[in-house]
Amino acid sequence: MTTDTNPTPPTTPKLGNVAAKQVKGMLGGLGVTLRTMFKPAVTVQYPHEKEAPPTRARGVIALKEENCTVCMLCARSCPDWCIYIEGHKEKRPPRREGGRERTVSVLDRFDIDYALCMYCGICVEVCPFDALHWSPEYEYSEPSIAHLLHDKDRLGEWEATVPEAEPLELGAVVKGAKK
Amino acid sequence: MSLAVDIGWGTTLGIKTLVVMGLIPVGALVLGYTFLLKMMSHMQSRLGPMDPGGFHGWYQLIGDGLKFIQKEDIIPAGADKRVFKLAPAIVVLSTFLMFVVLPGGPDFVVAKNLDVGVFYALAVSSLSVIGVLMAGWASSNKYALLGSLRAAAQLIAYELPLVLAVIGAVVQAGTMNLQGIVRFQADGAIFGWDGLGHPLILTQFVGFALFMVAAQAELSQPPFDMPVAESELVAGYMVEYTGFRFLFFFIGEFGTAFVYAGLAATLFLGGWSLPFVDADDNIMNFLGPGVLFAKIMLVAFLMFWARFTYPRLREDQLQALAWKWLIPIALVNILATGALKVAF
Repeated sequence: MTTDTNPTPPTTPKLGNVAAKQVKGMLGGLGVTLRTMFKPAVTVQYPHEKEAPPTRARGVIALKEENCTVCMLCARSCPDWCIYIEGHKEKRPPRREGGRERTVSVLDRFDIDYALCMYCGICVEVCPFDALHWSPEYEYSEPSIAHLLHDKDRLGEWEATVPEAEPLELGAVVKGAKK
Repeated sequence: MSLAVDIGWGTTLGIKTLVVMGLIPVGALVLGYTFLLKMMSHMQSRLGPMDPGGFHGWYQLIGDGLKFIQKEDIIPAGADKRVFKLAPAIVVLSTFLMFVVLPGGPDFVVAKNLDVGVFYALAVSSLSVIGVLMAGWASSNKYALLGSLRAAAQLIAYELPLVLAVIGAVVQAGTMNLQGIVRFQADGAIFGWDGLGHPLILTQFVGFALFMVAAQAELSQPPFDMPVAESELVAGYMVEYTGFRFLFFFIGEFGTAFVYAGLAATLFLGGWSLPFVDADDNIMNFLGPGVLFAKIMLVAFLMFWARFTYPRLREDQLQALAWKWLIPIALVNILATGALKVAF
């Protein structure tokens, strides 16, 4: 290990210089506060005036009910277990004459408890059928914490506020798209 | 030339007491609202309260005061109850007594035109140290005790530069009577030029600066708020106080700021007098209080401007500033003032 045998000697600044520097700094501080006082404040008076959130803001999770297949992937991937899903199977008539009856899953209940949700967005990521989307809506507070459990009708209303998806890049192939 | 109505001294005393008792909370409210809520907010690029009362949150502080009155009055089990209860009253009392000598016009002083006005005002201002020490000691709380000891050390250290800064003005005016000092500034002349009168700030600017710094420390406002440094001492000597008693300390703080601003305005800015208006004119009896109030707001603006700009000093820096800088400068200032007074 090499030790610096020749350190630069600490220069002792003159007392007058230090004092001048300090006074300059203190007056500068006063200038900053005075200037800020005459600039308009950045505050937005929230209930009276509103700020538009960014387009892709993660405000609330919306549900497109007809896309949901009750596959439970979102409920299982949720770290907070805040998604409640119930569904049942129904028989539907066959597509072709003489064919077999089809079985479909019907969604009975889709609740998200926003008192528990931590807005991680894993459910939106994991949904294979694009049934869940981020909406920039943010005004859904309730007087009681129990009322933060929102059902599929409420989640469906927010679907209207979901911004349009960005157009695909030129030449992108859409998998499974029907002609 | 006195007011036409002849009333007994008892009634006069009663009226004056009520006026001063009203002045303290009103002064505290005005300063608190204008500077603490509004000016500080705008200096930090925000708006402060906007909704209470409908217009720019003017009702906020009054509402806060009413809230404090409703709160439960808690006295710690180990506290020295009588001293604990008395302490806030003594702090406010010192503010109350300082108002007595403040002149508001050519023919009236708030209560009494004392010949030793400046001396009296500064003497009663140091009464608050006793209240603070009582509060800290009676709370039986280590934070309160440390806070009150810090406050005592600070208030004593800054009493000296405060008094020494005033002496320069007193030497120039040749009187300790506050009314006399105002008269000197209204009627005086600077080297023969009497356009503005002689506001002492023009010749005693060093004294004025020292007075403002020392007053800031006496009020234990930032950057000298070590007695209530919340990161070290929670709230210092106020830590055990709730509700109305806490409100007393709050009113005391801002009421005292109001009086100190009044004292600075009277000593250095010419008090109730206006340039170009004859000080003996009867109209000054009506204009005087308004003029004084405007000057108080100006001085208070400087105080609170510094308050909202600078961070808190360290305890040893605080003491070093008083003993190594302010007191020597004040002594030199007195010497220079005396020499110049004799020379001219």
